[in-house]
Amino acid sequence: MGILVYVSTSNNQINKSALEAISYAAQCGDSVTAVQFGEAADQAEAGKFGADKILKVSNAKLNDFQPNLIAEALMKAAEAEGADTIVLSHDLSGKAVAPILSAKMHAGLVTGAVALPTAEGTIKKGVFSGKAYANVKINTAKKIITVTPNSIDKKEFNKTAAVADFAVEVGDSRLKVVEQKIESADLPLTEAIKVVSAGRGLKGPENWGIIEDLAKELGAATACSRPVSDMDWRPHHEHVGQTGVAIRPNLYIAIGISGAIQHLAGVNQSKVIVVINNDPEAPFFKSADYGIVGDAFEVVPKLIEKAKSMDFTS
Amino acid sequence: MKILVCISKVPDTTAKIAFTDNQTKFDTNGVQFIINPYDEWYALVRALELKEANGGNVTILNVGTAENDPTIRKALAIGADDAVRINMDPTDALATATQISTYAKENGFDLVFTGKETIDYNGSQLGGMIAAQMDLPYVSYASKLDMNGNTATIERDIQGGKEIVEVDAPFVLSAAKGMAEARIPNMRGIMAARTKPLNVVEPVACENSTEVVSYELPAAKGDCKYVDAENAGVLLDLLRNEAKII
Ligand SMILES: Cc1cc2nc3c(=O)[nH]c(=O)nc-3n(C[C@H](O)[C@H](O)[C@H](O)COP(=O)(O)OP(=O)(O)OC[C@H]3O[C@@H](n4cnc5c(N)ncnc54)[C@H](O)[C@@H]3O)c2cc1C
Ligand SMILES: Nc1ncnc2c1ncn2[C@@H]1O[C@H](COP(=O)(O)O)[C@@H](O)[C@H]1O
Repeated sequence: MGILVYVSTSNNQINKSALEAISYAAQCGDSVTAVQFGEAADQAEAGKFGADKILKVSNAKLNDFQPNLIAEALMKAAEAEGADTIVLSHDLSGKAVAPILSAKMHAGLVTGAVALPTAEGTIKKGVFSGKAYANVKINTAKKIITVTPNSIDKKEFNKTAAVADFAVEVGDSRLKVVEQKIESADLPLTEAIKVVSAGRGLKGPENWGIIEDLAKELGAATACSRPVSDMDWRPHHEHVGQTGVAIRPNLYIAIGISGAIQHLAGVNQSKVIVVINNDPEAPFFKSADYGIVGDAFEVVPKLIEKAKSMDFTS
Repeated sequence: MKILVCISKVPDTTAKIAFTDNQTKFDTNGVQFIINPYDEWYALVRALELKEANGGNVTILNVGTAENDPTIRKALAIGADDAVRINMDPTDALATATQISTYAKENGFDLVFTGKETIDYNGSQLGGMIAAQMDLPYVSYASKLDMNGNTATIERDIQGGKEIVEVDAPFVLSAAKGMAEARIPNMRGIMAARTKPLNVVEPVACENSTEVVSYELPAAKGDCKYVDAENAGVLLDLLRNEAKII
């Protein structure tokens, strides 16, 4: 019995989170078939991270993001390959497709896995908005797992994956895509390894230059607290927290953010948290690994200057 | 339009998370429960706005035990017309979805709304499961919805941005931020909610596909290491040489 992985692409590249899903599947110790939707210039990467085989799906009906049809294609691929487990990334694509697969295949679903299945078959996933984990067991023969981006080691297997076209018929979609608004070609926040985030302490949108500069120097993505996006100082897709995006980068730098529990809910699984705040009593310091008590408008330029003197190419 | 809004009961966002019974049960001691924010703020309120503009009926559906009734009454106080509680302790998404889709199929709804995810289990799974079981289109993470007759124009969050889609009712939608503005129930709503119908339905037979074996809390953070603001640059040295992450 093999494992099937849903591989989404954007701008002709395999999404980083999809490579993590492939590596996750390979580390489960079974043969891995990657089902690739869309063109990918970097196809060899799939083998590098553990795919034994790549099935390329080209069907004009699947050019748009049609969760029902993608699920249908994946089900047919699983049948053709004799796979009993499907692994997807826990990103906006995987979150839409996985539950459809689960219901159609009568396969138990664990969303947001942060670790490989244990010998007993339990899978650890984040619950209570990052405040705890649950160990979940799937009781059905068929299984669906979505993997939280940046939560597992992307182990390399350096296989050479055999590539085959997979001609699949799918039904007609009742969903018509009218317009797409891709916010930026940059790395989506959920995939970023470093994030520089700022809150109401920055006083106004005109002050975000230093945040963007620091992020640029560090090679980090930018994020913000909820009031900041509510006031339209920053775009909504940057809003992290309980009601926004949940992230778990290796480094989260919070600048002028008080550290309300609802904000923490979206970021407290970050590996290292740095807090910069002029109030030594700001609650965020309790969750921080490193802290600087000081005025953001003085501290951040110093960090930018220092970062400029460092080499970030490796 | 007949609209079904699925709501779940979750701990208040500030609740302290702890577990009992050998880390197998959520400790509800002293915990306040609320309607899952996405269900209340976005799915329910947008459903009510559609009803106010075009007429129709908004039904609340919860799968849960009698302990959930006060939470369901709150959804009625915000303005839903009636409520249904399927009398089962929901411990598995697929089984919960089966209850909801069975009820929804039998009772013929034009629109079925869920929240994008619950803030306790963080499943993000019920909407898609219900849609698949009902064989309806699924619009995930909807941030705007307009109805023109039977046709909906919906903005949804997709990987890397947003997208506008058109779909005819019936369909299933999961609601994310942007769909509506939260409403606070007023006194009249609260009074009216007391006499609105809350029908209890027994579940259909169904097996659980998953089970939570245990819970755990994240490892506690060590003490925060402070860097002097005057020499802020030292921070980056620490991140490189000590934490080894840049
Ligand atoms: C149900 C619910 C859900 C919520 N969901 C979210 C969510 O998903 N995400 C989220 O972020 N919030 C969320 N909130 C809001 C949350 O409770 C806080 O109100 C919010 O996070 C505060 O944002 P902030 O830290 O930017 O602003 P503030 O709380 O105003 O904090 C600003 C901070 O900046 C510091 N500061 C001021 N000037 C400077 C300076 N010159 N230099 C350095 N520091 C300075 C201050 O000391 C203060 O600590 C939610 C609230 C509720 C009730
Ligand atoms: N027990 C329940 N009863 C009714 N609706 C529910 C229940 N649990 C979850 N839902 C709905 O399904 C959505 C997604 O839940 P989940 O898949 O658990 O994250 C929620 O936002 C609710 O709208």
